[in-house]
Amino acid sequence: MSNAQAELIRHSFVTHVDENRLMDCMRCGFCLPACPTYIYSDYDETQSPRGRIALMKAVRDGDVEWDGSIEEAFDLCLGCRACEPACPAGVQYGTLIEETREAVLSVKSQSLKEKTIRKGAFDHLFADQRKMKTAVKLVTFYQKSGLQKVVRKVGFLELFPPFMKEMERSLPDPPKKRRAQAAQTEKKTKVAFFAGCLMDTMFQETNRNTIELLNMLGCEVVIPKNQQCCGALQGHSGEMERARRNAKANLEAFSLEGIDYIVNNAGGCGAFLSEYDRLFEENPTLHTLARQFSKKQIDISSLLVKLGIVDELAKQPQTEATEIVTYQDSCHLRNVNGVKDEPREILRAAKGSLFVEMPGAHLCCGSAGIYNLLQPEMASRILGSKMEEVKRVQATTIITTNPGCLLQMKVGVEREGLSETARAMHVVDFIHEKIMESIGG
Amino acid sequence: MDVQVKERLIAITGSAHARTSTAQKLAYSYDATANFQALPDIVLSPSSVEEIQEIVKVCAEYGVPIVSRGSGTNLAAGTTPTSGGVVVLFNRMNRILELDEENLTLTVQPGVITQAINELVAEKGLFYPPDPSSMSISTIGGNVSENSGGLRGLKYGVTRDYVKALKIVLPSGELLTTGGKLAKDVAGYDLTSLFVGSEGTLGIIVEITLGLIPAPETKKTLLVFYDTLEKAAQTVSSIIAAKIVPATLEFMDKGTIEAVEEFMKIGLPTNCEAMLLIEQDGDPAVVDKDMEHVHKLCMEHGATSTQMAQTVEEAAQLSIARRVALSALARKRPTTILEDATVPRSEIAKMVKAVQEIALKYDLLICTFGHAGDGNLHPTILTDVRDDAEMARVEMAFAEIFDHAIKLGGTITGEHGVGEMKAPYLEWKIGKAGMDTMKSIKLAIDPLNIMNPGKIFAKSTKKRVVVQHE
Ligand SMILES: Cc1cc2nc3c(=O)[nH]c(=O)nc-3n(C[C@H](O)[C@H](O)[C@H](O)COP(=O)(O)OP(=O)(O)OC[C@H]3O[C@@H](n4cnc5c(N)ncnc54)[C@H](O)[C@@H]3O)c2cc1C
Ligand code: SF4
Ligand code: SF4
Ligand code: SF4
Repeated sequence: MSNAQAELIRHSFVTHVDENRLMDCMRCGFCLPACPTYIYSDYDETQSPRGRIALMKAVRDGDVEWDGSIEEAFDLCLGCRACEPACPAGVQYGTLIEETREAVLSVKSQSLKEKTIRKGAFDHLFADQRKMKTAVKLVTFYQKSGLQKVVRKVGFLELFPPFMKEMERSLPDPPKKRRAQAAQTEKKTKVAFFAGCLMDTMFQETNRNTIELLNMLGCEVVIPKNQQCCGALQGHSGEMERARRNAKANLEAFSLEGIDYIVNNAGGCGAFLSEYDRLFEENPTLHTLARQFSKKQIDISSLLVKLGIVDELAKQPQTEATEIVTYQDSCHLRNVNGVKDEPREILRAAKGSLFVEMPGAHLCCGSAGIYNLLQPEMASRILGSKMEEVKRVQATTIITTNPGCLLQMKVGVEREGLSETARAMHVVDFIHEKIMESIGG
Repeated sequence: MDVQVKERLIAITGSAHARTSTAQKLAYSYDATANFQALPDIVLSPSSVEEIQEIVKVCAEYGVPIVSRGSGTNLAAGTTPTSGGVVVLFNRMNRILELDEENLTLTVQPGVITQAINELVAEKGLFYPPDPSSMSISTIGGNVSENSGGLRGLKYGVTRDYVKALKIVLPSGELLTTGGKLAKDVAGYDLTSLFVGSEGTLGIIVEITLGLIPAPETKKTLLVFYDTLEKAAQTVSSIIAAKIVPATLEFMDKGTIEAVEEFMKIGLPTNCEAMLLIEQDGDPAVVDKDMEHVHKLCMEHGATSTQMAQTVEEAAQLSIARRVALSALARKRPTTILEDATVPRSEIAKMVKAVQEIALKYDLLICTFGHAGDGNLHPTILTDVRDDAEMARVEMAFAEIFDHAIKLGGTITGEHGVGEMKAPYLEWKIGKAGMDTMKSIKLAIDPLNIMNPGKIFAKSTKKRVVVQHE
């Protein structure tokens, strides 16, 4: 990399990455044991939160010159934010990595235009046959599972190199969506449903089940029109402007009048929705609106618990446990919104199954948006050891609360040849099944 | 570093375990000490004693500095590669080698995380007491090299008290074995003790045998709140004077309580001036009796309220609250610089008062917490390295706290070590004869000065400005 290029990046860091936020880190290391990439890199400080923050600061201060090794350290970050609740100093790592990615992206896209460099985050993926194969395998799986429909909708396709775009374009259109009916009867709680782009395309069934469960528990559900993808995927990869556009559209789409909660069934969406205010620090009106919006945001597990699902499940007839259920935390649901007990509470209450806690359930599954496409090696290492834990606790059903984790768990089940004995499910579908079983017989 | 030397070093571990990229060198350029940073030339992860011996031999041949590094949590700039050279890691030497239940010893490699040791022996009804606040991150090799203390130091002592035997690769590459699984051993100089706390300046510790004790039957945890710092400090002295030795006797001031509560959200009152965390463990009857007595003493010394942990989980939360104090304080200002001054237990109230006065005098924000029962306080200066004027005052305050601690019969560091940070002040504590003795030991064992150079021994001693306190 030329000196001029490195200098551009340094300037970009000065503009985008907040110095005070960097200085919040006192380098104690409390975050190290929480970080999956640190653990799975055999304790490489370069792949730790403390190391990455030190790198951000060193680039910003001009102590080191930007190169591929620094870029890799940032690229390998899952963005799972497990380092945040672990940090006593309150370092806002999620914001820092987004700012970093924005800083890098803004220089890269400029230079791409100038055609001076064509070195993207994706280059190394296509330079290496073996990596390429893993990626293609995953992509094929994703196509089968329907991710390609989403890809177009989110627009993160633009992140992919041209030939991948071609590939995506040749895929069929998603089926016409059916909107679930709002309940007719008088309801005590009124919630607005955030459908989520992934959930809305690949997991329509889950969305329908979500609404049915809410209705059953006495909720009126409205589905505001014109809602957009939350913007998380764009935000996490540093495209803050586009994330902001989506956020603004959602703030406009959701009228808060008379609404008790804005519910979502994707941990990743929920976390991003709950931090919309960060996107509008320079716009007081939108900032206030975002805060009001975020206050009403709730994940489906927490809402179900509030609405009494645990009692509802307790009323069901006792049956012999025929399956072993375990839960894989959605990292953003846990690390950003602090929700970890509710999904477990629900699973413990369900009849006919035995809940077991899987060691390391709190560690990111390696899905992390499109991470598994970009960093197949690390993702595969993480997923591999996750599946070892699944086998160790002999789980037959792996429950998740986020589409990304769900897909990743499905990949894991396939890859380990466990599809005969194990399945991955969204908590909503699982509970829906339990309740319908008992009603429908 | 010469390319040829680098290649020879890489050949020892294999390139998969040698780090040389910009990012990797930067990631091993710092530890938990503010304002110290230096890049190494190469970072190596050896997998065996033999590989370490070879690394040392190559380094000795070319005079290349070696910095042993555990998890880099030390607070004295002990692992910053001040003179460049090789950083040696123990991430591949992190196995538990043997639990000997007949001799009550545990033999481990240096890279094992302290907490893993605590957990492993607890499963067997045994106890390894040293528990530095950083135990979930720190390595046992780091603990031994810093002679770390912890929350249970008052009753159970520090790391040194549990190190039975060591294997050390000397600067010549030779392997030295000291001590043994023995209750008694007076065969010559106590070399084990010499290497404990030697901060990587005498050799590389490659194997450690620890002594264990039976786990205490039960434990009780009490929180006590005060409206002045002095009352809390006086309580500490009174407990010791009453011949009670609690397992834990920790102190936090208002600023620390605020920061910790902000992180933990466990309902600590932020309107008090000081808090003590007191634990006793052992035989249930004795624990009850001691805790009753302690409670009475707290009330007699003006505690405003007390709170006994009702469950094991609650007690665990409270000790976590104390463990995160330092990092939580970092919330307050951009730069966190902490002190480790230690005084005789009887002088703790005087020291607390002096720190308050020094903070006022230099117009600085200083929050204090620490192992009050050990007389080991951590006055923490919350500041901003970007403010030159303030940093000049920080340096003066820093020196004055040292000076004051020494006058009270104390030391400049109780448990964090000298490193590079406190090297200029070491002579204040040990005098010229002390410096000469230590230097001749260093020179005898490491004549080429390749083991962690620039640590413990500074180029020059800070001039001691004697401050008058009434
Ligand atoms: C939040 C926080 C709380 C802390 N609380 C305490 C506390 O309560 N009590 C306390 O005493 N300390 C405490 N410390 C300081 C620190 O954690 C200890 O000094 C710890 O022992 C360092 O362990 P480490 O593995 O990180 O070692 P490092 O920091 O990596 O190294 C420490 C020193 O040991 C040397 N070293 C490491 N391994 C070897 C080896 N195998 N052979 C030779 N030399 C070696 C290094 O060269 C260096 O000089 C705290 C630190 C933090 C950040
Ligand atoms: S991010 Fe937080 S926990 Fe991690 S080293 Fe920095 S201050 Fe410590
Ligand atoms: S976001 Fe996750 S992967 Fe990234 S540094 Fe934090 S804990 Fe590690
Ligand atoms: S979190 Fe993911 S699935 Fe949900 S709306 Fe955002 S991008 Fe789409």
